[in-house]
Amino acid sequence: MNRYKADLHTHTLLSPCGDLDMTPGDIIQIALQRGIDIIGITDHNSTLHGKLAEFYSRNRDIFVLCGAEVTSKEEAHCLAFFENHTTLDLFQDYLNEHLPDIPNAPDFFGDQVQIDENLDIVYEETRLLTSALDVTLEEIVKKVRELNGIFIPAHIDKTKNSVISQLGFIPFDLQYDAVEVSQHGDIELLKKQHPYLKDKTFIRSSDAHFPDMIGKATSIFEIETRTFEEIRKALHQQEGRKVIIE
Amino acid sequence: MTVRELIKVMNLTIFCGEENLDKEIKGGYASDLLSDVMGFAKEGEVWITLQTHKNVAAIASLKELACVVLIKGGEPDADTLQHAIDEQIPILGTQEPAFETIGRIYQLIS
Repeated sequence: MNRYKADLHTHTLLSPCGDLDMTPGDIIQIALQRGIDIIGITDHNSTLHGKLAEFYSRNRDIFVLCGAEVTSKEEAHCLAFFENHTTLDLFQDYLNEHLPDIPNAPDFFGDQVQIDENLDIVYEETRLLTSALDVTLEEIVKKVRELNGIFIPAHIDKTKNSVISQLGFIPFDLQYDAVEVSQHGDIELLKKQHPYLKDKTFIRSSDAHFPDMIGKATSIFEIETRTFEEIRKALHQQEGRKVIIE
Repeated sequence: MTVRELIKVMNLTIFCGEENLDKEIKGGYASDLLSDVMGFAKEGEVWITLQTHKNVAAIASLKELACVVLIKGGEPDADTLQHAIDEQIPILGTQEPAFETIGRIYQLIS
């Protein structure tokens, strides 16, 4: 097995709270400098910058996981990742359909722009991306499953916007691939407070909104090669694959 | 005041729990963070919330709350309703938003 350092939770400048220096190209560049082997691009309720990050990763020693950080109706944040552009685009359609029509106030929340490889703005999302979708956690999981994606409740140690803060505990029948903790999240404490998490795979990620934070919190994936399926196997601790938090 | 009396005075919708409406309401708790409700709501209280997820029923049962009032026209999700029926927890509803609902219930029970 090979060991790959992963930071699966970063925001580009498309997220209103994402720093304008968080261009997909710069994220890839900085991640490479910091020894990151796998990077997740997870804007709030949008997948639109994943492909551009992938473009910058070509012929370089880094693997991009394209996805989003979705906000369920209950205001619980979860990471969702997809294997190919077909399923990624289908999930983007789903997000477009379920994001409520609440306008962004760029002066207050920040700009929500999509750029291309020339750094030109090609799209501006006018609806506030940090709003809660009008679908429940369970409905989102169902959609992600249909599209053969990976679903990970985000920063479950946080006292706001986590499945645990919003819903008290993770519903026992929810189909999730792993759980994420933030930079300083206490995994042992969480397992004590929530015994159903005892055998679950934990990942730690940075949730970077600024360049400084990229790679500040990481997980090690022990897998054969960097593919979507290998990453999924590690999250499920299958065939000797696993995730280690150092 | 009992749950039945509260329903009558406030003209609340009854989604389920009809067999359990004679409980005395000992107080109230208002929060949409279920972790907070788990930590701080007390037995016999009415819980006012915007959340309709099935964990609402689980936590109302765990904390032995008198009833749940869903605000702003909220309806329990299908699995919430099933769980609440099984646990005989009254789930009630109002079209009024949180501020008005909490204010009225506070006046009624304190």
